[in-house]
Amino acid sequence: MADYEIPAELHYTREDEWCRVEGNRVVIGVTDYAQQQLGDIVFVELPAVGTAIERGEPFGVIESVKAVSDLYAPVTGEVVEVNADLGDRPEQVNEDCYGDGWLIAVAISDDADLTEHLDAATYRRHVEERGQE
Amino acid sequence: MSAGKRTPLYEAHRALGARIVPFAGFEMPVQYTSILEEHAAVRNAAGLFDVSHMGEIHLSGPGAVASVERLVSCPVASLQTGRVRYGLLCNEEGGVVDDVTVYRLADDALFLCVNASNIEKDYRWIVRHAQRDARVEDRSDRFGLLALQGPASTAILSHVATLPPAMKRFRFVPGSVAGAHALISHTGYTGSDGFELYVEAQDTLRVWHALLEAGKPLGLLPCGLGARDTLRLEAALPLYGHELDDTTSPLEAGLARFVKRETGGFLGAEAIERRAQEPATRALAGFVVEDRGVARASYAILHSGERVGVVTSGAPSPTLGKSIGLGYVPPALAVPGTSIEIGIRERAVAARIVATPFL
Repeated sequence: MADYEIPAELHYTREDEWCRVEGNRVVIGVTDYAQQQLGDIVFVELPAVGTAIERGEPFGVIESVKAVSDLYAPVTGEVVEVNADLGDRPEQVNEDCYGDGWLIAVAISDDADLTEHLDAATYRRHVEERGQE
Repeated sequence: MSAGKRTPLYEAHRALGARIVPFAGFEMPVQYTSILEEHAAVRNAAGLFDVSHMGEIHLSGPGAVASVERLVSCPVASLQTGRVRYGLLCNEEGGVVDDVTVYRLADDALFLCVNASNIEKDYRWIVRHAQRDARVEDRSDRFGLLALQGPASTAILSHVATLPPAMKRFRFVPGSVAGAHALISHTGYTGSDGFELYVEAQDTLRVWHALLEAGKPLGLLPCGLGARDTLRLEAALPLYGHELDDTTSPLEAGLARFVKRETGGFLGAEAIERRAQEPATRALAGFVVEDRGVARASYAILHSGERVGVVTSGAPSPTLGKSIGLGYVPPALAVPGTSIEIGIRERAVAARIVATPFL
């Protein structure tokens, strides 16, 4: 089975997104498993700064050569930053999904509930279960 | 999940780490490493495709040539032994049953290479309309088919086969590839030069490995159906089920040069002519997306905000670095340079009709 990078310090969702929580600011991207499954990323559609996003709802689209996939909001909040590199270089998501391939940063409220997120070990199990299909 | 049919190369694809997907009832490799990398290999060096899922329908006997002449839109009696032609099986409404290539094997023997998704349909259609003195056989399971495509194809194939000098396109010869009997056909579906190799099913694996080995120093990569689609799109080659279906006239699809209009006499000819007398309602055209976004099949084509047509195939063009596509539009708009928009989710994205092929 392929080896997937799953950094220990990040939060994860079942929709294969990662979150890096920095106080009230959450940086969001797609995981190594996601970018491998998707293949070459050719286009990313992200919300504008100022957009309100709601946990569980689609907030954008990520496209590979053959397919269009929704991006699901892992948190509720307001978009404060969008990765502008991805317009010209969508392949950054494949190359460095936890670094230069980040998608958006969101400002969350003080009482935001992040407990439904998976930790790295739980997410790895989630990936392995699907790999066995 | 029930397993689909497998070509003789299924395990070889798995061993190479291919992503396998269901296609036309088969389990086929969509990519090995990356669609973009495989596509580039074909354009710059060479790629090897397993297309063994495609069908071969064989006709022989005194009525074979006349039967195929009546069934396909291209001329057949004039097709010499050792030559191939592209044509369409048409229905009585002038729509397309399938697009095929016709191989003249001998005076009284031919075979049609048909799309995997249409093997059963085409076989029944041919049996129904062939003459009594023609024998029709579905030989699809007997053959493996490999496509070797790209500028290095001739060099690679020459390492494992003896090719006639300066072999022209749309010719084929019986020969031997890596010691296995094969029909070597100078044809392809990528827009780059290349060959299609028909081998006995049990020889497919051996020939596949021999070609990969011979081609490795020249940059040959195994390529999947993902790259096959982006390549044929750049070449503006139609795909049945997208540009062609049982409602599309070959003329609407821009395939008039493959239709014997003067002599007629084939199934669907009268309906095609009748439809050609009426004002055309749509024409297939190629377009390039000019703003951000990827056009895909089933997206709307707009003109001045009004929906006027539909995308039949669309994808990023790795060679051009832009999103391209084919679609049906009103004939008046099918003129290179015309500005249109593609409906991509909520946006109307600027695009422009261009001449095809795209490269």
